[in-house]
Amino acid sequence: MIIELVDIAILVLLGVTGLTIIRLRNLFAAAMMAGIYSLLSASLFVVMDAVDVAFTEAAVGAGISTVLMLGTLALVGHQEAAPRRTAWLPLFVVSVTGAALVYGTLDMPPFGNPDNPVHQHVAPHYLEETPNEIGMPNVVTAVLASYRGYDTMGETAVVFTALVGVLLLLARGPRPRWTRPPGSWWALAPEDEKESKEEEGDARG
Amino acid sequence: MDDNVILRVGAKVLIPFILLFALYVQFHGDYGPGGGFQAGVIFAAAFVLYALVYGLDNATRVLPPSVSYACAALGVIIYVGVGYVTLGLGANFLGYDVLAHDPLHGQHYGIMFVELGVVTTVFGVMTGLFHAFADRPRPRR
Repeated sequence: MIIELVDIAILVLLGVTGLTIIRLRNLFAAAMMAGIYSLLSASLFVVMDAVDVAFTEAAVGAGISTVLMLGTLALVGHQEAAPRRTAWLPLFVVSVTGAALVYGTLDMPPFGNPDNPVHQHVAPHYLEETPNEIGMPNVVTAVLASYRGYDTMGETAVVFTALVGVLLLLARGPRPRWTRPPGSWWALAPEDEKESKEEEGDARG
Repeated sequence: MDDNVILRVGAKVLIPFILLFALYVQFHGDYGPGGGFQAGVIFAAAFVLYALVYGLDNATRVLPPSVSYACAALGVIIYVGVGYVTLGLGANFLGYDVLAHDPLHGQHYGIMFVELGVVTTVFGVMTGLFHAFADRPRPRR
């Protein structure tokens, strides 16, 4: 009973936060509200007994993402221009998508039911054999790092790739001293010192 | 933020505990909630807090971005390296049983090293991302 009340309270707060983010024109406030949204989601995960996920959501969603968003706002400005007309088409698309998603949940088995398909496949083996095969109390860590170690390797590589992508777009470093001469796709030639200095001067001025 | 004494002193007090908490999350991941991903983010958060309060120049002196990039790559190398070590010892890729005489100990070692790779990568990526965003010249407007 208490759990249901907590669920309802958190979901209502999530809805209010989402609507507030839509209405806000000050993007700094919107970024802070997004952080609150993540924190509420983390609370919801705690209620669902998924503490590891809640931990990640609170640290990444409410912490680092908010800081990165604020860093972006420092570059692009923090006031959103007021829309010139009401966006009916996006509202329609979002409503239809949301209705389809809600319709999709009608077929889903009840949350936490031990007869659900998700609890019948490999989960019983993980829960029963982790003490014998891995020997650690936290089954989540056992699944993440050992049973599904290959997936976690992929995740680590994805996180690394994210940094590479951002650096390719945003990083400011020294200009490469070797460059591709025009008309050649394979050869590297020393960059023309004078030209590059002039370009740097242009960029500064 | 030169004149915010409370903020500066508060951050100075908090940062060691944040770092300690990150290590706790890392090494207690076998027994409670937590693990490499969370610990890496919390560890990075301490450096982000330092940069926010003491300025990016000081933070760059503490942690140059090249170190962040090296950490990000090193973590993936550690993770994949564990896989190749187990491969060399005659097991499957990332089959930790062979890392020690007792399979359970092998699993513990394997998970520890793999989580070490994860925390290194996540820490390097988060601090590197923050630096990439924060180290841009502000547009003139």
